[in-house]
Amino acid sequence: MVGSIMAEKAASTHANVNHSRYTRGLPEAELFQMNLVTRWLPMLLAIVLLAACSNDESAAPSTEAEPATPAGTEAAPADTGSTAPASPERLVVYTSRQPHLVEPLFDDFTEETGIAIDYISDSEAALIERLAAEGDRTPASVLITVDAGNLWQAAERGLLQPIDSELLEERVPAELSDPDGQWYGLSIRARTLVYHPDRVDPAELSTYQALAGPEWAGRLCLRTSRKVYNQSLTAMMIERLGEERTEEIVSGWIENLATDPFSSDTRLIEAVAAGQCDVGLVNTYYLGRLQKDDPDYPVKLFWANQDTSGVHVNISGAGVTTHAPEAAAGQQLIEWMTGRDAQQFIAASNMEYPVVDGVPLDPTVAAWGEFDADTINLRVSGQRQAEAVRLMDRAGWR
Amino acid sequence: MPSPAAPGRRLPARVWLLAPLLVLVGLPLLMLALSWLQVDADIWGHLSTYLLPRLIGHSLLLMVVVGAGALALGVGLAWLSACCDYPGRRWLDPLLILPLAFPTYVLAFIYLGLLDFAGPLQTQLRDLLGETPAWIAALSKPAGVLPIMILAFYPYVYLLARASFSAGGLVAFEAGRSLGAGPLSVFLRVSLPAARPAIVAGLALALMETLADFGAVAIYGFDTFTTAVYRTWLGLFDLRAATQLASLLMLFLLALVLAERATRSARVRQAERRTVPNRIVLRGARGWMATAFQGSVLLIAVVIPLTQLLVWSLPSLGQLWSTDALELVANTMLLGALGAAGVVVGGMLLLLAGYRAPRRVALLSELAASGYAIPGTVLAVAIMLALTSLDRVLDTALAGGLLALLLAYLVRFVRVAWGPLEGVAARIRPELFETARSLGASRWDRLRHVMLPLLRPGLVTAFLLALVEIAKEMPATLMLRPFGWDTLAIRIFELTAEGQWERAALPALVLVVLGAIPAVLLIRRLGDAAGARR
Repeated sequence: MVGSIMAEKAASTHANVNHSRYTRGLPEAELFQMNLVTRWLPMLLAIVLLAACSNDESAAPSTEAEPATPAGTEAAPADTGSTAPASPERLVVYTSRQPHLVEPLFDDFTEETGIAIDYISDSEAALIERLAAEGDRTPASVLITVDAGNLWQAAERGLLQPIDSELLEERVPAELSDPDGQWYGLSIRARTLVYHPDRVDPAELSTYQALAGPEWAGRLCLRTSRKVYNQSLTAMMIERLGEERTEEIVSGWIENLATDPFSSDTRLIEAVAAGQCDVGLVNTYYLGRLQKDDPDYPVKLFWANQDTSGVHVNISGAGVTTHAPEAAAGQQLIEWMTGRDAQQFIAASNMEYPVVDGVPLDPTVAAWGEFDADTINLRVSGQRQAEAVRLMDRAGWR
Repeated sequence: MPSPAAPGRRLPARVWLLAPLLVLVGLPLLMLALSWLQVDADIWGHLSTYLLPRLIGHSLLLMVVVGAGALALGVGLAWLSACCDYPGRRWLDPLLILPLAFPTYVLAFIYLGLLDFAGPLQTQLRDLLGETPAWIAALSKPAGVLPIMILAFYPYVYLLARASFSAGGLVAFEAGRSLGAGPLSVFLRVSLPAARPAIVAGLALALMETLADFGAVAIYGFDTFTTAVYRTWLGLFDLRAATQLASLLMLFLLALVLAERATRSARVRQAERRTVPNRIVLRGARGWMATAFQGSVLLIAVVIPLTQLLVWSLPSLGQLWSTDALELVANTMLLGALGAAGVVVGGMLLLLAGYRAPRRVALLSELAASGYAIPGTVLAVAIMLALTSLDRVLDTALAGGLLALLLAYLVRFVRVAWGPLEGVAARIRPELFETARSLGASRWDRLRHVMLPLLRPGLVTAFLLALVEIAKEMPATLMLRPFGWDTLAIRIFELTAEGQWERAALPALVLVVLGAIPAVLLIRRLGDAAGARR
């Protein structure tokens, strides 16, 4: 590999040299091109064929070209699952949670248990399709996502298996896990209101639905309905308030928008700070990051629906795959991630809330005070997601 | 080999060269076709009532505006670089290709950050003037993605048009002028039509990128047809309907390129370059205007975004020398080189099969190259499904291997190699092959000793272009990479998954710089090939 990089560099310097001479030295330039085509390309082709062949012979350990060789040993997971010893050497995780938020956890887990973890990161939809396509040949034992809707979708498609774990049932609140035990929450992500204190008196704020009122005309900012966080919120509202009422509310929000929906929560909060709008709907940790950098950040947080249904929360969570080669170790990892140390890291690293009680919060997060969360089981956010998306389409939420 | 250009004759045996390519590309395309076995009228009713009318309108607007913009900018800049002389040309020329090194989503998040209501420009303007002029505020609205995409995609047109102009543009121009026609009329009636195949190849690349893009339009919130594809998949959990939508997009683009081919007049072959006239020297103010034009494009498309990336990267610049970073760079380059080699071979097959063949062949070739018109993630899923099905039948493990990823690159980018090769091939005099044949050269000899040497500039261009494209590619790499093959694009995805764009500045910067190397090589090569004096 180093060789090919060097060749690349050599090629670029050569080309430069030749260029400066090219007015007189066309033959030399041609000689070089000759080299490039007659020597370099065939060499690369040879490498391609080599790599291709070694892959064809299903699962031979890695080629010389491959970096970080441990990956090579991972290859033949097809029928080793049932006879695997109690403590496997390696566990494969598919995660849509950002690597920098899970990798330190994986490292600690490896240190404690001796089980190394290989992970693939991608968007949850892609990971679910990958799992579905791989079927019983999947190398993955654990799926981690950053919302419940996609975990529900994976379970619905038969890609997750029930976990029989008293530990998890005891630690993770019932509304944050699947009633059939196919997935469990690992951290809580609250979606609530933020406002600019100069232009909004917090006494004016109460519920999500109240933002549909005429007094908020031209003052509201929303993220696009493309984001699953908004789809889950709408799904839970349909469950609580019914489809008709929810559509009225969402339509009211759209009429009150100060500007087109934003593509990220961070941009939305910055817009509130800059005065483009007065109030918005975001996940708390986005505000946490900005407040951490600047304690005087001019945007404040308000816990919505405290006198009614509670704040809408979602989870980052995990499940064991149906065809997990290492189901027991997968369960072990999920259980381990609900342990105190892991929970503290999860809470601190992305300023989210832990799923188990008694874990210290990040000071910025603690400063927002306590809140009551909605207690409807999060499975609903998946069950009603398609319904919610259609409702948002009808209401014109882009 | 049958005699050239007799319509209605039998297809040459060379057409069989398309077979391996069609089989490979056919796998994922089959998955797209199979999605139509079942149509959910309910979903389609919802889509066509609430989403499609607006989104199709947006996509058409995007296509027309970005197409026109990329065409005007690409051709204009290319003509100046290839055929004129003015202060600073030698410096500006190779740099104008650089936007190619920027992934579109990177360009989009940089500019949205700068031009947003809460961004530095609008904040300053509000402090100074009390309010932002409407046209600047409009740049951060969803339609603000239009100029971003023009900047991102004009280099395709520039690159291919410039190659064509420098090969024969001046000869044709001088001939036209000597017959007494005005410069503008000669440009429009002689130079431009002669370069049409190359320009159209570049435009086709630009338009397909534009219509299949999801990253940049998502950042700006400009909903297009691809938005419907992803919404149906991710929001409504209906991959089948999403795949159906994606295949419609592909068919539309296929129809478009075929229609363009059908309207192409009899081949206008460019003059040879044996005696190349001098460049048109733009003196005084006109020269400086050319400099200012190219300079400002360069400023907006390269200097400003690069500066922003650098500023964002400064705090983390130290990580550049970590083993992690080196591994990412090495993986990116190796995958790029391996993938590009495959893509070039695929492009050669397309070229050889279609070279001077009847138009019927073009349908097959365009089909084999249609992967570029499919939104990346959908294509990745289709390839994944195709390979896992194959694995089940053959009891292999293709899906988790490097081969799967290289196949994805081939399917997606073969058009990128085909364009430059066709551009060069269009300038080869067919009499050469006749002569070689009459001298007793076998088919293989003619390929090796006549065709390949003449195609050399095209091969190198194709390779470098594919290399840059693969380095930037995200969805297929994400979905199909084997363990341990993380690249810079993947690191960017991971860091930006929660919208923290600045965090990804360092890998983005490295990716742009890496991409710039082949990009500059490309133009240096063109400079050599031009042979234009001065």
